Amino acid sequence: MDNNRIDQIIDKHQGEASSLIQVLLEIQSEHHWLPKAALERVGEKLQVPLTRIQHIATFYKAFSLVPKGKHQVHICVGTACHVRGATRILDTVEEATGIKPGETDLDLKFSLETVNCLGCCALGPVMEVDGKTHGKMSPVKTAEVLKIYE
Amino acid sequence: MSEILLQIDGKEVKAGEGMTILEAAQGVGISIPTLCYHKNLEPYGGCRICTVEVESGGLTRLVAACLYPVEENLIVRTRSEKVDRIRKMILELLLAHAPDAAGLQDLVQEYGANKDRFEKEASFCIHCGLCVRYCTEIKKKNAIGFIDRGIRKEICFIPQIAAKECNDCKECFELCPTSYLQAVFVLTESLAFPSSKN
Ligand code: SF4
Ligand code: FES
Ligand code: FES
Repeated sequence: MDNNRIDQIIDKHQGEASSLIQVLLEIQSEHHWLPKAALERVGEKLQVPLTRIQHIATFYKAFSLVPKGKHQVHICVGTACHVRGATRILDTVEEATGIKPGETDLDLKFSLETVNCLGCCALGPVMEVDGKTHGKMSPVKTAEVLKIYE
Repeated sequence: MSEILLQIDGKEVKAGEGMTILEAAQGVGISIPTLCYHKNLEPYGGCRICTVEVESGGLTRLVAACLYPVEENLIVRTRSEKVDRIRKMILELLLAHAPDAAGLQDLVQEYGANKDRFEKEASFCIHCGLCVRYCTEIKKKNAIGFIDRGIRKEICFIPQIAAKECNDCKECFELCPTSYLQAVFVLTESLAFPSSKN
């Protein structure tokens, strides 16, 4: 991500230090992760020490300091989804993508995470890709959904 | 500044408005243990070892003495069975992380804390935040900060800044109750700027 784009995002927030999290969120959603150079740029422009930025960027799960895949896959392993077979869904995704929760594949296509209840237990087992909910998953359906994003 | 009258351990104490219980107690020579408190730093309230019992309007509560502002007619007990039990528990939890920390030993004696009560999970840092806050608030260098949260929270130097600032300062070293800070500094130094040693 180049500095011009980062500057644009910062300007949009009037360069206010209090908008730090908003700025980081925007960089994260456009770029899928927060490179060190970007953090340094943000710190310089907003006059916020790097220690603070680093703390925030590691505090919230929404931020990543390592490259993330183009598609974010979340598998719910909450209680309801668990009893309805979330493990099998997770296994299917792991097999299809070759990655485990917390990892990203080499082609930067998928990042996989588990979550504990997405709040729609009646649809369990639930899988979410890029914010879109896919309910009542079966291993076969899971593989099909993943294909859409390949 | 108006004067406030309160009672600490049965003693009538006069304190200024906005003072904390800790400051009021210190003013009359009553000691309350602290770990994360530093008189030149902003209030933090991280360790809770300064917990005391306060009574007002017939209600008894537990509060952090380093944060709680004095109130008229407040009755404060700096030691009680409950307070001692809480302090002992806090110490035992901290000891699981830093079993031999020098800065804890006096308190361990005083409260009879057992360092083997909880399974060891040596991370050495007790998250008092003294190093981080001292560097930020007093030195304004921001060479060290926290990363992550909860049980994974750690201190972390910014190598570029540490390389420039730390060798001539190191004022935070003596604040650390556990010497973990020194260890992290040595590690950062040897990884990121080893040549500065000579
Ligand atoms: S390294 Fe030491 S001073 Fe810094 S937060 Fe941990 S225990 Fe406190
Ligand atoms: S447990 Fe999966 S949505 Fe609630
Ligand atoms: S000294 Fe009061 S909370 Fe740490």
